[in-house]
Amino acid sequence: MECFLIYKRTYSKEQFYKIRYKHFNVSINMKRIVKKHPLAIRWFHWINFPVLTLMIWSGFMIYWANGVYRIGFGDTTLLKFFPQSFYDTLNIPYRLGEGMSYHFAFMWIFFINGLLYVLYTALSGEWRQIVPNKKSFKQAWQVLLHDLHIRKQAPPQTKYNGAQKIAYTSIVLMGFGSVVTGLAIYKPVQLGWLCSLLGGYEFARILHFALTIGFCLFIIVHIAQVIRAGWRNFQSIVTGFDAEDVVENKPETVTESNLKIIQ
Amino acid sequence: MSKEILLTRRQVIRKTVIAFIQFFVLMSSGVAAWLYIKKLPLDNGLLGGVQPPIRDVLNANENVFNKTLSNQHLAKTYPTSMALKKPRVNGDVGIANDFDPTTWSLNITKKNNKTLSLSLADIQQLPKTEICFDFKCIEGWSQITHWGGVKFSDLMKAYNLGSEAASKYVGMATADYDYYVGLDMTSAMHPQTLLCYEMNGKPLPIDHGYPLRLIVPVKYGVKSIKRVGEIYFDDARPDDYWFQRGYDYYLGL
Repeated sequence: MECFLIYKRTYSKEQFYKIRYKHFNVSINMKRIVKKHPLAIRWFHWINFPVLTLMIWSGFMIYWANGVYRIGFGDTTLLKFFPQSFYDTLNIPYRLGEGMSYHFAFMWIFFINGLLYVLYTALSGEWRQIVPNKKSFKQAWQVLLHDLHIRKQAPPQTKYNGAQKIAYTSIVLMGFGSVVTGLAIYKPVQLGWLCSLLGGYEFARILHFALTIGFCLFIIVHIAQVIRAGWRNFQSIVTGFDAEDVVENKPETVTESNLKIIQ
Repeated sequence: MSKEILLTRRQVIRKTVIAFIQFFVLMSSGVAAWLYIKKLPLDNGLLGGVQPPIRDVLNANENVFNKTLSNQHLAKTYPTSMALKKPRVNGDVGIANDFDPTTWSLNITKKNNKTLSLSLADIQQLPKTEICFDFKCIEGWSQITHWGGVKFSDLMKAYNLGSEAASKYVGMATADYDYYVGLDMTSAMHPQTLLCYEMNGKPLPIDHGYPLRLIVPVKYGVKSIKRVGEIYFDDARPDDYWFQRGYDYYLGL
């Protein structure tokens, strides 16, 4: 039997709901279906996931052939991209030709999928949920403090909180950056103007690499946050909906007065 | 607002399970397609190559970028003062063996199967062109280097090789055929494509391909074959050393 822990006492589900929503009539058997992620967005997301993984993996196979980047000053290297153990662990051997082949084949899927995503979000109005506004930056800071357990309450949010809006918009811009810098180093003669615009061949290559590291960091944080948010949040990117409890007279927003009931 | 949808617990579970089955089928068919492609035999047999569907995409890429490449697309050039004094030596396939320069000549096989044999002096009599550009290696590094020689297009004109220039491809090889490359005619006839006998204003060093090497700035360095001995023409792709070993054929920049 499901049970709930409130201040070291366990309650049955029914008891819990009675306490939690003291003044509201909660239906235990009925669920309200709330549409969360449109079908198109779910497709774009789940196509992008393996394709981006392939692009990063093949990208590392290409980079391996001339792995010269590092973070450091003078002769002191703080971080080398990458230590040999990195290639050994991820099984990236000397296969430049193979890496290039996959990279220049799957780039089309990455590009077309990304383009369709941008067109869809722009035309459907979904962009309003994603593009940050003035408040988002302050909110993102509050979300960070909340996530680090420094701040008690999460700030109020719509579909995405401020931090998510900034992250999901940045990742689209980074994808655009990867396409542009990628084109510049793929065709530096035919697209010489683009290459010059991005600071020349070598610099465009560094940008392309840095964006890839950015993608890796995004993926790590994204997966960690999804795990933290729990199963119910995760399943909505597969099913597209969230099943909410049905509460009659449920207030529109969380206010001070009904927060007390929960506490 | 759309109409509110209320479902029972059982209906929600049913809806969720169906969505997850669909998701699983789609994701695993993607993985299956990838594993299928990975296991396909490589197109160049024992030497390697890539899987045929991937090759099709690379060839399609060539069709896109070969059509848009024109003689107006020029590799960026630099003042010769910026050129490296000692450019990197990266490949020695085809130039590692003992070499007697006195026996060298450039043999051009014409369409009528007659061979045109040229000495270095013959080539040096043609108009000289210099280029200082950012040489790009397929491995990812690049260096500003300075070369001098004859434009491939000038050589073709000087020896009336007009019908040969109508072929789709040029093949070039070292005299012993240890190293060989194929170039599409557009790239070969590009105004920056040179047969070089000088580097930094001096005769080509032996490890940079003395007596004559190709410099083709619209391609990665692997196409800039050293110690060219043979040139021939074909409408089908001539053999290419790195193509056979799993690289793209075109490699255009």
